[in-house]
Formats: sequence, C-alpha cells, structure tokens
Amino acid sequence: MSELSYDAAFLRKKAFNIRKHIITTVVNNGEGHAGPALSCADILSVLYMGIMGEDDRFILSAGHKCLALYGALVEKGVVDRSVLDTYNQLGSPVPGHPDMTKLPGVEFSTGSLGHGLPLGCGLALAAKMQNKNYKTYVLMGDGEQGEGSNWEAAAFAAQKKLDNLVAIIDENGLQINGTTKEILKPTSYEARYGSFGWAVKVVNGHSVEEIYETLSSAPFEAGRPSLIVAKTIKGKGLSFAENNVNYHHWNPDKEEADKALAELKALEKGCM
Amino acid sequence: MTKVATREAYGQALAEIGEEIKEIVVLDADLSGSTKTAIFAKKYPERFFNMGIAEQNLMSTAAGFATCGKIPFASTFAIFATGRAFEQVRNSICYPQLNVKIAATHAGLTVGEDGATHQSIEDLAIMRALPNMTVINPADGVEAKKAVKAAALHKGPVYLRFGRMAVETIFDEDYDFQIGKGEILKEGTDVAIIATGIMVGEALKAAKLLEHDGVNAMVVNIHTLKPIDEEIILKAAECGAIVTAEEHTIIGGLGSAVAEVLAEKKPTPMRKVGIKDQFGQSGKPDELLKLYNLTAEDIVKAAKEMK
Repeated sequence: MSELSYDAAFLRKKAFNIRKHIITTVVNNGEGHAGPALSCADILSVLYMGIMGEDDRFILSAGHKCLALYGALVEKGVVDRSVLDTYNQLGSPVPGHPDMTKLPGVEFSTGSLGHGLPLGCGLALAAKMQNKNYKTYVLMGDGEQGEGSNWEAAAFAAQKKLDNLVAIIDENGLQINGTTKEILKPTSYEARYGSFGWAVKVVNGHSVEEIYETLSSAPFEAGRPSLIVAKTIKGKGLSFAENNVNYHHWNPDKEEADKALAELKALEKGCM
Repeated sequence: MTKVATREAYGQALAEIGEEIKEIVVLDADLSGSTKTAIFAKKYPERFFNMGIAEQNLMSTAAGFATCGKIPFASTFAIFATGRAFEQVRNSICYPQLNVKIAATHAGLTVGEDGATHQSIEDLAIMRALPNMTVINPADGVEAKKAVKAAALHKGPVYLRFGRMAVETIFDEDYDFQIGKGEILKEGTDVAIIATGIMVGEALKAAKLLEHDGVNAMVVNIHTLKPIDEEIILKAAECGAIVTAEEHTIIGGLGSAVAEVLAEKKPTPMRKVGIKDQFGQSGKPDELLKLYNLTAEDIVKAAKEMK
C-alpha cells in the first residue's frame, strides 16, 4: 500500500465520535435506528472527514441510517451537536428520516428505500451536462437492493457512463426479517453490478484505511460508474447489538443503556 | 375549426420555450414520439434524455436535476407517471418541493384502442392528493401551450395532463391563462356546467343544446384542479345547480374537488358527469366517450335531472 496521505487515527476518532452521537442519541431519546447507523459510521467518517470536497454531493439512500449522517454533519461542523437532543421530536430538524428542507447538509430527503441511486443518476448526469467536476456519492443498504428502482438506475448509470457516480453498499448482511442471503440475495452485489457494467471493489467497511484508499481511487475505470461493496457488521461497536437483527431499531432499557455507555468508554480508548 | 391534441401542443410548446428558458431539460421513458417530446429532442438533443422503459428512475433522475438548477420536464403516459412511479413522485419530488414538471400524455379513455391498462382515469385524484402538487388539465391546444409555459415559470412540482386525441380549439391565442384561475366561458343563470380538459368542449355544446330547451347554462372552465378556484365555484353555485364534467373517474377528480368546496361553503344540488367507478376498454375514442356517458348529451341530461 502506498504511503498514506491522510490521518487514519483522525478518521477512526471521527468514526468513534459518530458512533458516540448515535448511541447517546438513542439512549437519550429512548429509541432509534441504531444498528444500521453503527454499521456505516466508518464509511461516513471517511467520506465526510477525508474524501468529499465542498462541491461533492452525498445521498444517504437508506434514510433510516440518518443518525450516522447527523453525527457526521456534527463532526464536520455543519450543525451543532445540540440539535441531536431534538431527535425525532415534533418540528425537529433531525427527524427519523433526513429532510433536506430542515437540516443544512442533508442533500436529499430520503427514507423510502431504492430512491438514492436513481436520484444520484440525476446529480451525476447534471454534472456531466454542466461540465462540473463534483462527484456524487450514494450510500445504500444491502437489504434495499431488493428494490427494482435500483436496477433501473444501475443500468442507466452504466449506459450513460456516469463515472462521476460512486455508490457504496453497506453490506452488513441483515435486513429486518433476517439475513439478506435467506431473503432476496441469490447472487452477490459484486456480480450483479459488475454485469450491469459497473466497476466494483470490495472493502472491509470498518477499515478506514481500506475505505479511504478505495474511495480515493474512484472512478475505478474511466467511463464506468463505481461501486464499493463494504462488508460491515450491523450494530458495530455495541457488543450485544453486533450482527443481531433485533437491534435494527433499538429501544434500550436501563441495563442496556448503561452497558452501551460503558462500552463507549472502552471504544474511545481503542481508537486513540 | 382546427383540431389539435393537447400532447401535440405540449411538444411544440416545450420546443418553443426551450429557446428562452435554457434551464429546461426533458426526460422521457422511451415514448418521445407519442408524448411529443421528440420535437424538443430534435431541437435540443443535448438537453433531452431517453431514460429507457424505467419510470421510477425517470422521476428520481428528474428530481436530481431539479437540485442542480435545472427545470426538468419528465414525460411518459399518465398511467405510468402517476401509477408506476407514484412513490418517487410523492417522496422525491413533492415532499422536498422540487421544481419538477410531470408532463403526462395519453390520459383518460380517449387513448382508445390500447384499452384499460393504458387509460389513466384516476391520475387527477392521485396527484390532487399530494401536498405541494399543482395539477393542471388543459382543454385544448392553446390552453395546453400556455399551461406548459406557466408551469415552467412556476416554482415547484406541477402535474400536467395531456390527451392523445385531437380536440377542437376553444381559446384564442390572446387568452390569459393563470394557474389556479378558472374562467367563465359563457354566462348563465339556470345551471352551471363546470368542466375540465376535453370535456370543456362538450360543456359548451351542452350549453347550446340547453339553450334550445330554454335553459340558460353557465359554462366554467377549470384547468387547474389544484389549487382549485373556490371563488369561481361559489359564483357558479349561484345558479342553484351544478354539473361537473371530466374525462376521469368521478372519485377524486373535478367533481369531488367541486363538491368539497360546495359541501363546506355553499351546499348546492349537483351531478357529476365522469367515469362511474369502472375501468375503460378498447375502442375508438368517440365510441368510448358515448359508452361511458361523457358527451354533451349526457351533460344536458344531468342538468335536466335537477330541474
């Protein structure tokens, strides 16, 4: 691997901070989509704190992972941390799914699955048309690959050679009712997007080094949209929630809340 | 009298205003010959995108364009624009209030031979139910052209409904079209016929037939179903009886919109001429309009029922 041009420890620390925002927000609020947000915290840390420039665009397709996005926006200094205290409350700028009309830094109102990649096609196509150099990043879940709209967009992006479009699948292998493999994943996402004409790479979605190196090499091939399949663990960072489908949506009781906060402390030491 | 399909007027209008409004981009789902966006595509190939037979991606890509300072017109048949891609229209266009124009053609029974699967008879109801959506259903080629321009200049999501069949021209070129404003096409005192889209022509014919029978009918054109012109509906209600006429199901369209206004503000006897909660079928447009009771004679009959 080439000499690193970034500070991996800094990105790990930011990823930890994002996890801290996710966990403390859910503990304080009493409920929230913790598992899916924890799954993509490292990816968001690298994107926001290491990769994306001012003009780049980001769409969180799986909008229920918004706590990770809110956390990244706090760490980036776009919004104040105190905004998380209003999570899911009436009139809050940080509702259960992100709203572009309510919070600066949210590029698209998402929540309904399978919308992000098609929206990304619009942004990427507009950039090509206007000769603009920004990249469009779309973070998808693996469960949402079941939505047919993604495959309309996958074909279109390849057809139009949208190499300024970078999609990431946060592949934690779990969806609400079980594993993706047992529900609707007959073949790998690598094979599927590859056959649609995308350039695909697979990374460890919790290694900031791998994520950074891979994202910074996009587009992987001129004239092709890029896909990064990030292998992740749902609930990453909370021992009892890791790889556990029951923590997709988490309503912590007192015992779990205490345990989570204690684990946070241990995690913080680990990423120093 | 000249006959022009509103979809034809749409295609021509797009190509005309594309000259002055450079932000316009047009997206179509492989139907540009039918939706008439091909006229624009020929003139401005770099601003036209055939998205393929992929309507969900059509709507979302249009939404993406709207956040990049473009004014996207997304076109396909009404059945696919409002049915197949409904949730993209709802969540990715209306909810974030993006400046997307959904220009749907082949609405209503007058699609004709293609039959029920392609005859969108519920699109106005579906689009009217969406917050932030403006819903426009032009009556003739002149009104369609003016509506296209007004929609392009209006900030926010707009649904434009166009038909396949050529219809008689009603309006003069100097007609002043304003979104949200209905117009009285004929004054009257005994009954008011409130019509939209291709039924406006039938309403004018019905008024003439009624005149022979000594009934003085007012005719009101409602091109904008949402926001609806309450003032003109209340004025029409002063006739004491109202007939609505639309090439659409009587559930959730113009008849419902008028009834919603009257029920709260001025309860008035009314009849709804429209499709009576059933699907269409294959046939010639004129045969279908007769079979489904969407003619001037049906409007006359409905008016007389209240006398």
